[in-house]
Amino acid sequence: MNFSATWRMALRALRRNMMRTGLTMLGIIIGVAAVIAMVAIGAGAKAQVAASIEQMGQNILTILSGAARSGRVHMGWGSAPTLTKQDYAAIRQEVYGISGVTPEVRGGGIQVLCGNQNLNTTIYGVSEDYVSVRAWRLADGGNLTDADVRQAAKVAVLGHTVATNLFGGGSPLGQIVRIQNAPYEVVGVLHPKGANMMGADQDDMVLIPWTSAMIRLTGGTAFRSITVQVQHADMIEEVMAQLSALLRQRHRLREDQENDFRIHNQQDMMEMATSTAQTMTILLGAIAGVSLLVGGIGIMNIMLVSVTERTREIGVRMAVGARGRDILLQFLVEAVVLSVGGGFIGVVLGYAMAKGVSLKFGWATLVSPESVALAFLFSAAIGVFFGFYPARKAAGLDPIEALRYE
Amino acid sequence: MPAAPPAIPHDTVIRLENLDKVYQSGEEVAVHAVRTVSLSIRKGEFVAIMGASGSGKSTLMNMIGCLDRPSGGQYWLDGESVGSLNKNELSRVRNQRLGFVFQGFNLLSRTSALENVELPLLYSTHTLSRKQLHDQALQALERVGLSARAGHHPSQLSGGQQQRVAIARALVNHPALLLADEPTGNLDTHTSLEIMQIFQELNRKGMTILMVTHEPDIAQYCRRQIVMRDGRILRDEPVAAPLDAAEALRRWSRPHEEDAEAGA
Repeated sequence: MNFSATWRMALRALRRNMMRTGLTMLGIIIGVAAVIAMVAIGAGAKAQVAASIEQMGQNILTILSGAARSGRVHMGWGSAPTLTKQDYAAIRQEVYGISGVTPEVRGGGIQVLCGNQNLNTTIYGVSEDYVSVRAWRLADGGNLTDADVRQAAKVAVLGHTVATNLFGGGSPLGQIVRIQNAPYEVVGVLHPKGANMMGADQDDMVLIPWTSAMIRLTGGTAFRSITVQVQHADMIEEVMAQLSALLRQRHRLREDQENDFRIHNQQDMMEMATSTAQTMTILLGAIAGVSLLVGGIGIMNIMLVSVTERTREIGVRMAVGARGRDILLQFLVEAVVLSVGGGFIGVVLGYAMAKGVSLKFGWATLVSPESVALAFLFSAAIGVFFGFYPARKAAGLDPIEALRYE
Repeated sequence: MPAAPPAIPHDTVIRLENLDKVYQSGEEVAVHAVRTVSLSIRKGEFVAIMGASGSGKSTLMNMIGCLDRPSGGQYWLDGESVGSLNKNELSRVRNQRLGFVFQGFNLLSRTSALENVELPLLYSTHTLSRKQLHDQALQALERVGLSARAGHHPSQLSGGQQQRVAIARALVNHPALLLADEPTGNLDTHTSLEIMQIFQELNRKGMTILMVTHEPDIAQYCRRQIVMRDGRILRDEPVAAPLDAAEALRRWSRPHEEDAEAGA
C-alpha cells in the first residue's frame, strides 16, 4: 500500500471521531506548549542576564584590592588599600593586550547641588577610559579627558537620572554642580542604561576624574579596584597572568605568600549567572516534558481503545489482503498524525503563551528555533513510541478471530 | 513449489488433498474440525457447502480462503501450493485471487460504498492512481447495479444493498474465486434471491463461486452441493435442476423498491 493512501486513511479515521481526536491531541498540545513556553521563559531570562552583564562592558577584568584583617576576621576584598596609584600607572604602561584601564574611587551617598535642586548619588572617580570600558555612551557633550585626569580638573559627566533630576529637560552642559561644596563643570551626559540585574539604577551616578575624587572626596591614595578591558576574549587568560605577575612583583610578594589582590573575570560571572538560568530552563523544560510524556500515554491509551474498537475492521482489511505491515503502518501513522498535529498546534500555542507572558508580566522570553524543532521532533517520536505497541497489537491479530469479534 | 499432480485438469481452481485441521487449545482434547477432506473445484463452478453447525464447513472455508492454515494435507489454489506460504504471501493470495463475501457484510462504517470497494485495491501490489482506484471501484459497483449509490455510507443502504457493495468489493481485484460465507444469512427471502441472482449472473460469466449456507432452498440455486458432517464430506453431488433466481424474482408478486433501482 502506498503512503498517500495510508495517510488519507489515517486522516479519515481520525476525522470520524473528532472529539476523541481533539482530546487526545490536547495532551500533546499542552505538553508541547508547556515545553515551548517554559523553555522560552528560561532562555529569555538567560539572555537577559547575559545582556545585562554585557552592559557592564565586554572582556572586563576587575582587580580588587586586598582584604583587611581585623584579628582573625577576613574583611572582604577591596577593604585593604593595596592598589596604589603607582600600581595603576604600571598597569597602564607595562601590560599589553588591554584596550582601557580605569581605577575606581567611589563615594556613595554624596549630595550634589545645583541651584535650588539637590540629590544624593554615587560619585565615581575614574579615568577617561571608564566610559568605553563600561560600555557607556555619551548622550550629550564630551567625555573626561586625559588632561582632566592629570590636572584633577573639576569636571563631571552626569548619569541620566542625575541629569534629569537636577536639570529637568534643560541641557546641563556647561552648568556648574556642587559636589561637597566644590564646583564642577558638567561636560557630558551619559545615555541611560536602566536598572542592572539587582534592580539598582545604573544611571544614578556622576563621573569625575579619579584624581579629583581622591583629593576632594575620599582623601586616600589607594583604589578599591582597577578595571581593565582586554582587547580580545581569547587574551583574557594571558592578561590576567600579566596583571598577577606585575602586581605580585610590585607588592614584593614571596612565592609562598598569597595574593593581596584579587582579579575578577567577568566571563566567570557571566558563566555563573547564565548557568543558573540554564538550570532553571532545564528544570522548567523537564517539568513540561513530563506533561508531554503524559500526553504520549494518552495517545497510547486511545490507540489501544481504537484497536479494540476496530478489531472487525482490521479483520476485514486482512481478509481483503492487508499484510500485518499495512495494519501496523496504518495505526502508527494515526498515532503520529495525532502527536505531530498536537505538536504543531502546541508550538503555535506555546509561542503565543511565551508572547503573552512577556506582554503581561514584562518577562523576557525567547522562543528559539531549536526548542521548536526539538519539541516537534520529540512529539513525533512520542507518536511513534507510544503508537507502536497498539499498532503491533493490531497487526498481530488473527484475521479469523478479528472477523468474528463482536 | 510442488506442482499439481498431472492427473488434475489445468482448469482446476481448488484442489484439496487430505486436508486436515486440528485445534489444540491448552490441555483440552484436540478438536478435529476437518478430517482428510479431498476435493477439487473447477473453473466456472458454483458450489454450495452445507452442513450443520460444527460440521467443519466454516473451518474448511477459512482454509480455502487462506485465512487459516491446514494442520495437514495439501491445498493448491489456481495451481499454486498454498500450504507452504508465509503470512505475507497469504495476504497477497487473498488480495489477488480471492474475493470474500460475509454474512454480516463487514463493510467499513462511515465510509462510502465506493471507498469500501476501493479497499482491496489499496492493498494490491501495484500502486494505482486515485483516478484508477475510483474508476475500477465504480466499475465493480456497476456490476452489482449500485453505481448510483457510490457515495452512500453503509448506514444509508439496505441490507441487500450493503451485501451488493460487499460483492463489488470482492470482485474489484478480479479474483479467481469468490468465497461467500452465509451471504444470505442476514437477509430476507426476496433480498436473498437478489443476491443469488447476482451470483448466478457472475457464474454465468465464468466466475467460480464457493458458498457456505445452511439454507437448503438457497443451495438449490447453486450447481453443486457438498454436504459435510463431523469434518468429513458426506455428500458431493451436482444439483439436478438448479433454480433460476431471476425467474423466481419475476414470479415474486410483491412489488419491491429495489427492483426499480436495479432496473434503472
